[in-house]
Amino acid sequence: MIERISQLIITGILAGGIYGLLAMGLSLQYGVCRVLNITHGEFVMLAGVLTYTLCASLGINPLVAAAITGPLMFVLGFLLHITLFRGLKARTPSPAVFEGSALLVAFGLMYVILYLGKIGWGGLPMPVYYLNKTVHFAGMTFFLNQIVAFAIAVAIGVGIYVFLSRSRLGRAIRATAEDPATAGLMGVNVNLILAFSFGLGAFLAGIAGPLSAMISPPKTSMGFSNTVIALIVVVLGGLGSVPGSFIAGIIVGIVSFLVIGLWEPVLTVPVYYAILMILLLVRPAGLLGKK
Amino acid sequence: MGFLVLLLVFLATFPLYGGVYHVRVLIAVLTFVILAASWAMFSGSTGYMSLAPAAFFGLGIYTMCVLEKELPFLIIIVIGGLVAFAFALLVGLVTLRLKGMYFAIFTFGLVVFMSELINYLEVALRGTHGWHITPLGNTTIFYTMLILAVVTVLAIYFIRRSRLGLAMNSIGGNEDAAEHMGINTTRVKVLTFAISSMFMGAAGVITAPIWIYVNANIAFSTYYSFMPILMAVFGGMGYLYGPIIGAVVFAYLERIVRNEFPDYFMIGFGIILVVVILFLPNGLVGLIQKLQKVGLISKLLNRGKEEQHANT
Repeated sequence: MIERISQLIITGILAGGIYGLLAMGLSLQYGVCRVLNITHGEFVMLAGVLTYTLCASLGINPLVAAAITGPLMFVLGFLLHITLFRGLKARTPSPAVFEGSALLVAFGLMYVILYLGKIGWGGLPMPVYYLNKTVHFAGMTFFLNQIVAFAIAVAIGVGIYVFLSRSRLGRAIRATAEDPATAGLMGVNVNLILAFSFGLGAFLAGIAGPLSAMISPPKTSMGFSNTVIALIVVVLGGLGSVPGSFIAGIIVGIVSFLVIGLWEPVLTVPVYYAILMILLLVRPAGLLGKK
Repeated sequence: MGFLVLLLVFLATFPLYGGVYHVRVLIAVLTFVILAASWAMFSGSTGYMSLAPAAFFGLGIYTMCVLEKELPFLIIIVIGGLVAFAFALLVGLVTLRLKGMYFAIFTFGLVVFMSELINYLEVALRGTHGWHITPLGNTTIFYTMLILAVVTVLAIYFIRRSRLGLAMNSIGGNEDAAEHMGINTTRVKVLTFAISSMFMGAAGVITAPIWIYVNANIAFSTYYSFMPILMAVFGGMGYLYGPIIGAVVFAYLERIVRNEFPDYFMIGFGIILVVVILFLPNGLVGLIQKLQKVGLISKLLNRGKEEQHANT
């Protein structure tokens, strides 16, 4: 029993790496662009099914595919911000109205991408198994692909964190998130930074897609649950906090695997909601968020 | 006013000469009118975007499933509304004291939460999924839905004109200012959210007998979250008539395109939603009003010119 629980916990931690990556993207898009991007999971889906197509047609592995889907999603996110959200921001009278309208734009976009995916790829799971070998450790069994995916997710998470906190561009992004008007006065090209941040969020979804495709076959209906997970992780971690996203991702990963393994797989979403409800009542700012 | 009376007479006598198919279509239109109008009443005026009309609609459907054999239809409608009201009160108390984003996040997955929870409870308590419901006559369903639609629209009309409506609008305009004016914003938001959800729940109860067989995945479908939002936004969510016009347009459109282009039509509807928010933030009604204003201005200009000519 102890072995089973510790196996579930470690599997949850490994899965939590990808959740953290997902949440980081969403947090960046809301924190900087003020767009609560509920299309996020659909980007993950798109990257996942593209991974399948790339792997099947070019014979490459998902990690190489990630090097294609990541930049592709960046471009898609960048263009979406320029075409949709930039104009919307200019036309809406107040930031609160912008947030509401942007949310509805994302809501419409979600269905567009979802059904494009359904038409292009159908509804069946598409296996892209890679590194599907078992690793035995202290009486527990893991899959190599889970460990590799976790390592890559953490590496990219750390990379983004360093990029945001150390580089010039990262400083411009943080300044824009803090106060766009003043950032503009200081010579930051705010519109460009907003589009770049939105693209960066989409890029993270583009990486999370192939990583999760490696572990479980992607299918076109996977987007919604990915969005729900990302949203809950973002609230749990605190908006705009990159380390918070990762810690919360790992917590949600552990909880969901314990629920699936020991209780009832159907109850994962209700358990997420229980977490969310307690969190909103007790500490809405999240674990590492600012009050 | 006369037009409204004519419309009501037309609707009330419709089952006498309209065929079964058309009565069915009209029931769907009325259902969407209720869902879209009550969604817009709360989200359109406060700016707090609820992404979960389907959760309350589905709750009504399930109330009907559980109580169908125990109580008369009319009482179940009231109970369905109250169940949705109570549930919305709970959701509102947790999320509406916070910023709008938290509310949106919470409502986003609510439909899935409900369906999974009910799937679990069904297996745990009854051992099976799904319910069979004794069908009711088309005419009965039509008239109950019509009465509910009229009640809903009237209620929204009076709420919009009341202190509550003004309070909602001021929250949508500037929440901090509204709070400084002495409005208990949390209470207004929670109460109006619960009222709008109540109509959705009642509509769900009336819809259930049309479907005959219902399970959690059918009752809680995000489709019924998406469509009312699309309709309200298209028609103009800040107005009373906007969501009604949107519901009529899209409920008919849906009938036509759904069978012809499955999947494709959702792409089209999604694009319409995006385009309308970007370019017609006040929807169709807003556009018409704008055109009227422009028309008036051009008339005034013309008159001015004529007067100039007359003077010279």
